[in-house]
Amino acid sequence: MTTSPAPLLGYPRSDGRVGIRDVVAVVYLVECARVVADAIAAGRDDVHVIGFGGCYPSAYAYRMLEQLCTHPNVGAVVLVSLGCEGFDREALARTVAASGRPVTTLVIQALGGTRSTVARGRAWVDATRARSARGRMVPFDLADLVAGTICGGSDGTSGITANPVVGRVFDRLVAAGGTAVFEETGELIGCEHHMAERAVTAELGAQIVGRVEKAAAYYTAMGHGSFSPGNAEGGLTTLEEKSLGAYSKSGSGPIHGVVTPGQPIPAPGLYLLDVVPEGPPRWGFPNINDNAEIAELVAAGSHVVLFTTGRGSVVGSAVSPVVKICANPETYRRMSEDMDVDAGRILEGREGIDDVADEVLDLLHAVAGGRPTASEELGHREFVLTYKSSEPTGPACLPTVR
Amino acid sequence: MSGTAGTPAADGPYDLLLLAAGDDVAVAVRDLAAGPWRTSDGRVLRTSGPVRLGHKVAVRDIAAAEHVVRSGMSIGSATAPVAAGDWVHTHNLRSDYIVTFAHRGGEA
Repeated sequence: MTTSPAPLLGYPRSDGRVGIRDVVAVVYLVECARVVADAIAAGRDDVHVIGFGGCYPSAYAYRMLEQLCTHPNVGAVVLVSLGCEGFDREALARTVAASGRPVTTLVIQALGGTRSTVARGRAWVDATRARSARGRMVPFDLADLVAGTICGGSDGTSGITANPVVGRVFDRLVAAGGTAVFEETGELIGCEHHMAERAVTAELGAQIVGRVEKAAAYYTAMGHGSFSPGNAEGGLTTLEEKSLGAYSKSGSGPIHGVVTPGQPIPAPGLYLLDVVPEGPPRWGFPNINDNAEIAELVAAGSHVVLFTTGRGSVVGSAVSPVVKICANPETYRRMSEDMDVDAGRILEGREGIDDVADEVLDLLHAVAGGRPTASEELGHREFVLTYKSSEPTGPACLPTVR
Repeated sequence: MSGTAGTPAADGPYDLLLLAAGDDVAVAVRDLAAGPWRTSDGRVLRTSGPVRLGHKVAVRDIAAAEHVVRSGMSIGSATAPVAAGDWVHTHNLRSDYIVTFAHRGGEA
């Protein structure tokens, strides 16, 4: 592995994990509180807004925000409540406080409205930031890292260049003792039996096949697969063709488990995040866009997300940096300011998959050490969380075999 | 677009990338006009029309209903006979899982 010898320093958390960023999360607990949350965070690069827009309670949204508020990249939390929404703000505040993080809950109705709540929030963030600046940092290495991956704006080049590069990075990260998460069973339709052969137990393999079949049934009920018009314009013809390209992001190593959104990853290894709900479709598509998936990868514990794109995406994320790996050389030339890595040079025969994987590992090291990614520098902190039903997986999906 | 019809580009080792031995399709590594182009396994293939970067051409004749293999895996079934050198896309290939949704048949 060609990582730089410089030791990495990160932010220690009480659960033993180490953050590569020290973000203050300002969390709106209903859409009615979002503008107040935005105003509390305005103008501060290390204060990120996340939240849930719905007024009715959702066990899924609760688990997601619980994981995000106790994510290693988050150092302090401001909960912003209108006052009458269904979200259990007291329970979330208790969980965050128990994790050792500073937390405050601002209830807009009780504080007298917009201006007073914003002023209170900004003052709390200032005071908390001043204290956290004196905190100690601890050494860590790639074995402590969790990396997620997603492809967005895929085209015919994604599965040839950027996705196999991520696969190679994942193989090496997991071999080094780290953790890697890939996702979207609906984008793995056609690859289920190959994945099952990579599962560390036969029972896990059967779970994977069943979960992909569930995804196929779900998307069929939705009317079409996870396949956008831009995918076809970029040269991808069928869902299974897109799948085999997407699948190459998972590398070639053993698959150690399956988790669902809002469920933390229990041990190092390679994991499939099954984002498709159980049972009949209830609230529409499993994820309405790439950022809803990124939020789930981050909630799973990803310190960083490797985002491959052929057509070109500009998005980043709240909480965790997004590294953009561009598969298509023409897209890279057109949108280079939004990209971190030019994997299209593989297509043109200028370099091999391993060369670009080396570059990504070096970059991963640098980003873990604090270097901002393109999307961070450009201010991208997208966050999407909607209604969904999801159930945590059980022992069949989480064998302890390594 | 680099390269012109009938003149393989000189700025790369190949124009059409075969992802696995035995594949039925190769992928254009740049926008290509109709004409003879070099494949990554050292052959010359005459494309019957323009092929855009990332799109596929058949490297052999494919009969209707045959599975089409890319990267060693089936990516669907041909819906019409396809000749070697033809563009392969939604007009002659369909998913064996879920129908593809696209504007204008994905022709951009």
